[in-house]
Amino acid sequence: MPTRTLLLDDRAIGRALARMASEIVERCHGTEDLVLVGIQRRGVELASRLTGLIGQGEGAAVPVGKLDITLYRDDLQTVGPRPVVGETSLPDLDGKTVVIVDDVLYTGRTVRAALDECADFGRPRRILLCVLIDRGGRELPIQADISGASVTTTAGDRVDVFVSELDGRDAVELVR
Amino acid sequence: MTSAALGKDLIGLEHLTPAQLELILDTAEPFKEVSERPIKKVPALRGKTIVNLFFEPSTRTRISFEFAEKRLSADTVNVSPQGSSVSKGETLVDTARNLEAMRIDMVVIRHGASGAAQFLGSRIRSNVINAGDGKHEHPTQALLDMLTLRDHFGRLAGLKVAICGDILHSRVARSNIWGLLKLGAQVGVCGPATLLPRNIEALGVAVLPRIEDAIQWADALNVLRLQLERMQTGFIPSLREYNRVFGVTSERLARAPKDLLILHPGPMNRGVEIDSDVADGPHSVILPQVTNGVAVRMAVLYLLAGGAPDWAQAAGRGEDH
Repeated sequence: MPTRTLLLDDRAIGRALARMASEIVERCHGTEDLVLVGIQRRGVELASRLTGLIGQGEGAAVPVGKLDITLYRDDLQTVGPRPVVGETSLPDLDGKTVVIVDDVLYTGRTVRAALDECADFGRPRRILLCVLIDRGGRELPIQADISGASVTTTAGDRVDVFVSELDGRDAVELVR
Repeated sequence: MTSAALGKDLIGLEHLTPAQLELILDTAEPFKEVSERPIKKVPALRGKTIVNLFFEPSTRTRISFEFAEKRLSADTVNVSPQGSSVSKGETLVDTARNLEAMRIDMVVIRHGASGAAQFLGSRIRSNVINAGDGKHEHPTQALLDMLTLRDHFGRLAGLKVAICGDILHSRVARSNIWGLLKLGAQVGVCGPATLLPRNIEALGVAVLPRIEDAIQWADALNVLRLQLERMQTGFIPSLREYNRVFGVTSERLARAPKDLLILHPGPMNRGVEIDSDVADGPHSVILPQVTNGVAVRMAVLYLLAGGAPDWAQAAGRGEDH
């Protein structure tokens, strides 16, 4: 029977997002030419919240996009029960500072796919990676620029992220 | 290769479940967006080799499949009987086996014989997609028709769709009938008695003897091409008379109780089964059908290639793999 350990509750997630929003503004020297792109699905919700927080703090509306990396995965042969291809809708990326937002960073393959897909949509000036939780276990040389929290996990573990928009509550849980 | 989602081949819609039909239509939705991108290409089928084996002339279906394959980054080869060993008498299965020996992954086949796709699928390991076999089925055409109807009406359940014209020789009609009925639509057929199969009612469709009946009854008309090459054998007295009695004209549509959506699988015989002002009119979705054709074929190729990754579920939970 797997056990669930709460890593972040709703208040901790709120604090992490507020800090991440400030860090984005700081690292990008403001909001000019800034674009946030969430990776489907929970990355989209997090990116949307981050743009809201940046907007509150800076009084500027930061464009936000959605990225579905399904068709850019390198493991199509991994046959599963049902494919899910989500929506991709991106603002203009040319010359912009793009912050890719995802919920969990693990092997890095999702981020690699996201970088490939972004390159097909334009030529950003700079790309940063922002994740809510970094669980280690990288298979590619990819590192988050901004992360809400880090946890050490093993291959058999799972990190579940819940967001209120989709799941009715905010939480990050380690399933071991 | 097998896919848990659809099975190894797509031969027709007769044996697909409603869930499988919905899966294809739902998967086609995001693929529409790929064709709108500045770079209309994703790497999902990179490294796959697909052979388009077209034994009958075809422009739009072959090109539509080719676009779908290329937009998924597959490598494609087109084979037609002219200029290939088929013209020297090689059998279908030998042609396919030889191609398969060159390590291909998928075959898209169009053939004049009903059952050709099924025959091939049962004899080779590669995935087989039926792009039209004789008078049997043309599943991707029906799927793109269904997607176009769903786009317009937001649903298929309860919709009344009249298929008009040469039902007897039409593989498009058969696939449409099976597909639409499975997803809860009502289907009517309308055409000269000589062009309606006997006992067509047994499939669960309404027979509408006059085009005026179809226009009164339906939400959408799917107007089939009158297959002129088959009309030399006395199925209809003349093309002119066919147009006079069964042609979809703006005068007839003006008497419809509501605006009808007009579909046509193409190529059209303007002035025969459909008049130009209808084909080019505001209720025609003939060109959106063509656009949807690429998306549907991308979805089918993707699903058959095994595009059903476990990580999709994991991603839903917030995992990165």
